[in-house]
Amino acid sequence: MTQHSTAGLAVPRRSDEPLDREGIARAVAADIPRGAFVNLGIGQPTRVADHLDPADGVTLHTENGMLGMGPEATGDRIDPDLINAGKIPVTELPGASYFHHADSFAMMRGGHLDICVLGAFQVAAGGDLANWSTGAPGAIPAVGGAMDLAIGAKQTFVMMSLLAKDGAPKLVPECSYPLTGVGCVSRVYTDLAVFDLAEGRAHVRQTHGIDAGELAELLEVELAGPLGADRDAPG
Amino acid sequence: MTRFVETALEAVRSIEDGATVMIGGFGVAGQPVELIDALIEHGAGGLTVVNNNAGNGDVGLARLIQLGRVEKIVCSFPRQSDSWHFEEQYAAGGIRLEVVPQGNLAERIRAAGAGIGGFFTPTGFGTALAEGKETRRIGGRDYVLEMPLAADVALTKAQVSDGVGNLTYRKTARNFGPIMAAAAAHSVVQVARTVETGALDPEAVVTPGIYVDTVVEIPAPEAEGARA
Repeated sequence: MTQHSTAGLAVPRRSDEPLDREGIARAVAADIPRGAFVNLGIGQPTRVADHLDPADGVTLHTENGMLGMGPEATGDRIDPDLINAGKIPVTELPGASYFHHADSFAMMRGGHLDICVLGAFQVAAGGDLANWSTGAPGAIPAVGGAMDLAIGAKQTFVMMSLLAKDGAPKLVPECSYPLTGVGCVSRVYTDLAVFDLAEGRAHVRQTHGIDAGELAELLEVELAGPLGADRDAPG
Repeated sequence: MTRFVETALEAVRSIEDGATVMIGGFGVAGQPVELIDALIEHGAGGLTVVNNNAGNGDVGLARLIQLGRVEKIVCSFPRQSDSWHFEEQYAAGGIRLEVVPQGNLAERIRAAGAGIGGFFTPTGFGTALAEGKETRRIGGRDYVLEMPLAADVALTKAQVSDGVGNLTYRKTARNFGPIMAAAAAHSVVQVARTVETGALDPEAVVTPGIYVDTVVEIPAPEAEGARA
């Protein structure tokens, strides 16, 4: 691992502490452009919605058939006919629309959504995503919309912890878990760093609570400087 | 021509042993609860069921599976915290499973109803779910050939039907309803209410009556949570 030179990486260290889950969600939200159409998958990525500014006019898509999804419904606003892909009751915002499942996935597969944010077990530096199965023997396979979401939007962002509970890195040279999609992830947000994946390499966009050299020690993937900046760097 | 019947049992009576049955719904939304209950009472077995999931709790599709009526299930996400009847049957080898990515499932159903003999999709390329399938590179991108998925019968839920079977839905309960109604040789729809022909704005019709064979009005379908 230590053979990778990081001396040439000029990577901004954005905070002295690693990001917590809300911090990761906030970092994703900050990078979503005004007016974007976005799918936030299920689970952790849905937290990104809490950090979007309504004034930015971001439209949320839920793959069970809705654009213009509002916050989670509570109390007497709960309507069993109005749920998100995680089957959680939600609300509709002005300008919302409904459509059937085939249209909803056509919208995604057809590249009409700008960004999809997903969780992951592993991401490969080349953009492969593994987030649907650990491949454990005897486990019941269940994929839901994961494979459709992975390859559909113009950009697929992943948010995850950089290390698994056993300390193994989740940003890897090649995924060992079954793939969800090939070469589909463009950016990875983690507690310790944010990476752009391009041309088969992981470009460190920023770090949190760690510097680029320490980051390289943790990973087996070769790291490059921020996209655009590294092209002028020596060697 | 759309036929209107009085009871859910009458609506499902023609379902035979060994039939392929599509069941609409995503979670509770759009789930034709009373039609599934009627199918259980009707007693047909050896079924192939197409649904997004593999049953929840002890009712509806889960009950149908528990009773051993389902030989095979085609779905995207069978593993949920309360899908114990499926898990039990699957572990015992009592039910076959075909897992399909959700968007491929929807498009395969749509293709069947639209007379499409298969389609190339990028979803699943390079994954275990595309193993053994034909692939093709089109315009620099890799695609997998997926086949249409048709059914003998579709059981779905809509909000309103007029006298000729034109349907409207309610919010995210629409989900698989329109495509399943089109993909089945015989589509059965439970609706919360019926109105006179002419009372629905033609511009607002989501599923034209041509896709609808049998309608049963079930005024206030019980919510799943209220059933014990």
